[in-house]
Amino acid sequence: MRINCPHCGTRDRREFTWSGADVALNRPAPDAGEAAWDDYVHLRENPAGASRELWYHDPCGTFALVERDTVTHLVGDAVLAEKVAR
Amino acid sequence: MRIEGHGLIGPGTVDFSFDGKRLQGREGDTLASALLANDVRLVGRSFKYHRPRGILTAGPEEPNALVSVGQGAGLVPNVRATQQELFAGLAARSQNRWPSLERDVMSVNDLISPFLGAGFYYKTFMWPRAFWERLYEPIIRRAAGLGALSGQTNGEPYEKAFAFCDVLVIGSGPAGLMAALTAARAGADVILADEDARMGGRMLAEVEDVDGIPSHEWVGEVLAELAALPNVRLMARTTVTGAYDQGTFGALERVALHAAPGAVSGAAPRECFWRIVAKASVLAAGALERPIAFPNNDRPGIMMAGAVRAYLNRWGVAPGKEVTVFGNNDDAHRTARDLAAAGVKVVGLIDSRDGVTSGSDYPVFTGSTVIGTAGRLGLEHITIRHNGGIRRIRTDCLAMSGGWNPTVHLTCHMNGRPVWEPEILSFVPRPGSIPGMVVAGSANGVFATHGCLADGIRAATEALAVLGVSAPQVEVPEAEERPYAISALWAVEGKGRKWLDFQNDVHVKDIRLAAQENFASVEHMKRYTTQGMATDQGKSSNVAALAVLADATGRGIPETGTTTFRPPYVPVSIAAMGAGSQGKGFAPERFTTSHGASVALGAPMIEAGLWYRPSYFPKPGETTWREACDREVAMVRSAVGVCDVSTLGKIDIQGPDAAALLDFVYANTFSSLKVGKVRYGLMLREDGYVMDDGTTARLADTHYVMTTTTAAAGLVMRHLDFVSQVLRPDLDVQIVSVTESWAQFSVAGPKARELLNTILDTPTDDAAMPYMGCGPVMVSGVAGRLFRISFSGEMAYEVAVPADYGESLYRLLVAQAEVLGGGPYGMEALNVLRIEKGFITHAEIHGRTTAFDIGMDRMVSLKKDCIGQTMSRRPGLLDDNLEQLVGLRPVAAAGQLTAGAHLFEEKAEAVRVNDQGYVTSVCHSPTLGRMIGLGFLKDGRARHGETVRLVDHLRKIETLCEVCDPVFFDPEGGRLRG
Repeated sequence: MRINCPHCGTRDRREFTWSGADVALNRPAPDAGEAAWDDYVHLRENPAGASRELWYHDPCGTFALVERDTVTHLVGDAVLAEKVAR
Repeated sequence: MRIEGHGLIGPGTVDFSFDGKRLQGREGDTLASALLANDVRLVGRSFKYHRPRGILTAGPEEPNALVSVGQGAGLVPNVRATQQELFAGLAARSQNRWPSLERDVMSVNDLISPFLGAGFYYKTFMWPRAFWERLYEPIIRRAAGLGALSGQTNGEPYEKAFAFCDVLVIGSGPAGLMAALTAARAGADVILADEDARMGGRMLAEVEDVDGIPSHEWVGEVLAELAALPNVRLMARTTVTGAYDQGTFGALERVALHAAPGAVSGAAPRECFWRIVAKASVLAAGALERPIAFPNNDRPGIMMAGAVRAYLNRWGVAPGKEVTVFGNNDDAHRTARDLAAAGVKVVGLIDSRDGVTSGSDYPVFTGSTVIGTAGRLGLEHITIRHNGGIRRIRTDCLAMSGGWNPTVHLTCHMNGRPVWEPEILSFVPRPGSIPGMVVAGSANGVFATHGCLADGIRAATEALAVLGVSAPQVEVPEAEERPYAISALWAVEGKGRKWLDFQNDVHVKDIRLAAQENFASVEHMKRYTTQGMATDQGKSSNVAALAVLADATGRGIPETGTTTFRPPYVPVSIAAMGAGSQGKGFAPERFTTSHGASVALGAPMIEAGLWYRPSYFPKPGETTWREACDREVAMVRSAVGVCDVSTLGKIDIQGPDAAALLDFVYANTFSSLKVGKVRYGLMLREDGYVMDDGTTARLADTHYVMTTTTAAAGLVMRHLDFVSQVLRPDLDVQIVSVTESWAQFSVAGPKARELLNTILDTPTDDAAMPYMGCGPVMVSGVAGRLFRISFSGEMAYEVAVPADYGESLYRLLVAQAEVLGGGPYGMEALNVLRIEKGFITHAEIHGRTTAFDIGMDRMVSLKKDCIGQTMSRRPGLLDDNLEQLVGLRPVAAAGQLTAGAHLFEEKAEAVRVNDQGYVTSVCHSPTLGRMIGLGFLKDGRARHGETVRLVDHLRKIETLCEVCDPVFFDPEGGRLRG
């Protein structure tokens, strides 16, 4: 498996650390309530198909948002997480 | 028998041995061709019945001719003789026989074979149940087998490597060469990989012309052109073993195994496992010939027709003196033709098809089949059915051909299922099975040379299109375009076993038995009969086996389907796959700058993650670690000690929003920290549990240096990257790990300042740097940093210098400490010092404890948002009945405490439901003269003074303990500020 680091280009999967679903991008406000925080911290989809995940490129310290299909194994676009988060 | 003047081998002779017998081959021989040249026909015993077996093929599909090569720890078992290149001194041994290949005791299995059919052990060895593991299985395993490993550690070198290209071409036959040539002329980066030592594929094994010259000469010209191009890499002896996601391929290169030890180059690895990443690929892996299942078709001397032709045309070897050929297709005729042309006596061509003509001198039997064979250790006669009669023919070599199977394996590695092609009675790859891969030539079911050459150009053109490159005009060379006609012939009825899988001893009746017992799915049949298992994975036998299954179940072959081809295509040694990851390669060592000095002082080094740290520093006369540890603790409490703390994570944080970032990642506040001050920080996970702790110093308004625990240094760095990039990209802050840039030493004890002032250019004092102060200093002329922090409870400093100066500063500090009655201290003493002070480590913040549990709840600031704050306020995490950090001391002075023990009320039974907590850290405190411990106890903070019972079921220890405050020593902290 190969992932396109937005800084370094396409690299082998061994250089990356999987860092969970893109849910992490949407951190609730402190007063958002129990349900919102429960969702954010504990609940994750287990998609068969298209998924959006954060991957950490260890050598350069970059978090990328990566589109990946868990059925076909196709890896799509990867963009800087900080660009999406802004 | 060698035919002089024939073949493509060199004139030089090569001495080798087989089962200790000295033999001679030629340069360019494989072990198999050299054995055949020496008229060695018997080379192995079969897996289950120990039947005599000979060389069947000339390639990687070989099921029979497996030998062990080499001696001792370097021995390699199950080497295919057909792929092992001959070298001077090669010593090969046959396998799975005792005492010798000719007289094998276990061949008795063959006589009782009616009782050993498919699945026999499931039926026969059922009772008594316990006998299976202890008796039956070991006996069966010993009787059935391939070569054995040496059992010794293999110290031979292996490597792994990575390669990248635009187009990977797999196979260097006519299709592969034209594909490589086309892609190369288009300017693409090309890797051409072939499993053989010599490139050219079947073109080295056939007598035919390409562009008016013999095909092997044409191969030489193409290879010369490719070798001269800077954008082409030729990888011979390299088998592409697997196709993986995103154009990644595994490949095994035999770097030195093909030659005598040391012959390639002293440092050359035996094998190299490559990971090749290609934007596009062309699979031109050719085709594998399949046997026909006729009675007793496994005797040494019965070979594949294409292999017989290869031995003749490439290696100049005739595998027999009176050869017969048996086939159901036109290709078999080429073997007879080439043999006759080379002067080898062809005593009969048996073609199962009617009305086939052949303008030849040798007898041709059309509409005929071979129905039996004879010869104990090698073929002597065959019996054929011809014109309704039976005929016996004397022959020592039978070349058989049941047709050719395209080598579809790699196209199946990502769940691709091949498609049945009735024209060639075999499976061809399903297009698009591997993204970016185009299949060409025989692998695609195109068998004629001209067709393969053209298909290679076509495939390269399509592969280049994947790259967005247009292909140049490449002429298709002139070559034969002979049709390939075949009619189905899978099994020939008759008395005797009709073998399908030669390696696993599976015959037609086994498959029919499986079908009869309702193992009718092809995957069930495989597991019931072992058809297609072991080292050859049924390369030659699978298609015929499923044709027999299809017949037995009354289905068509396409409905029956194939089993799943998985990587690797050929066996790959674990040593090659794991190259570089054995021993220390698996866990690289990280050394501090003081490592050499600590080792020189006799300190045993212990692992801390990948780091190595001194455990203690033994003095003459000390016989146990405890003596050294107690002395070092007393030394720090009374004088001064020096300890390398460089392994702690150090993270440099700079920018206008550095303070805001720290306020967000720490539970407590850092924006209020004054420049020149240090603060203890507690870091939570988002679920409210403690992640890590450490101190952070503010060096300037927009510049902080964070320390982490040794264990969590990488984790915290990634966490900060996560927070700054994913959660708070609005913050203007830069973060970098500087752990290895700075060497940092703790100087602790009442004489710490006195020691420091011997090395600082400007002496420090309590006013200049009070407790929790920090600032730049000059250390013997080197710019460094000084932090007044303590993990021991004593007045202590940590002094940091650029790592280059670490070793000399450490030696200097130790030398000066000794003058003051101090010295170095190790991890054991460090641990005792911190337990005496109730300081926590990851033994306490082990991922299941909260700030509330460790008594730091009030540090979680509610005036700001921070990671973990919201979830840490969950009512369930703030319950008094939760386990809370306490100190434990034995009621009796000699009482034992053990980490991992559990706590119970004094009179309660020590069972799970009565569990009150557990012990996390213990030590013998020389300061207090007894053992002390830290642990977690339900409602522990309210229970100081109570007596609880410590129970360690594993070590059989029970101790009554008094619950106390976790700070055992100097609770007021007066010594820190001293």
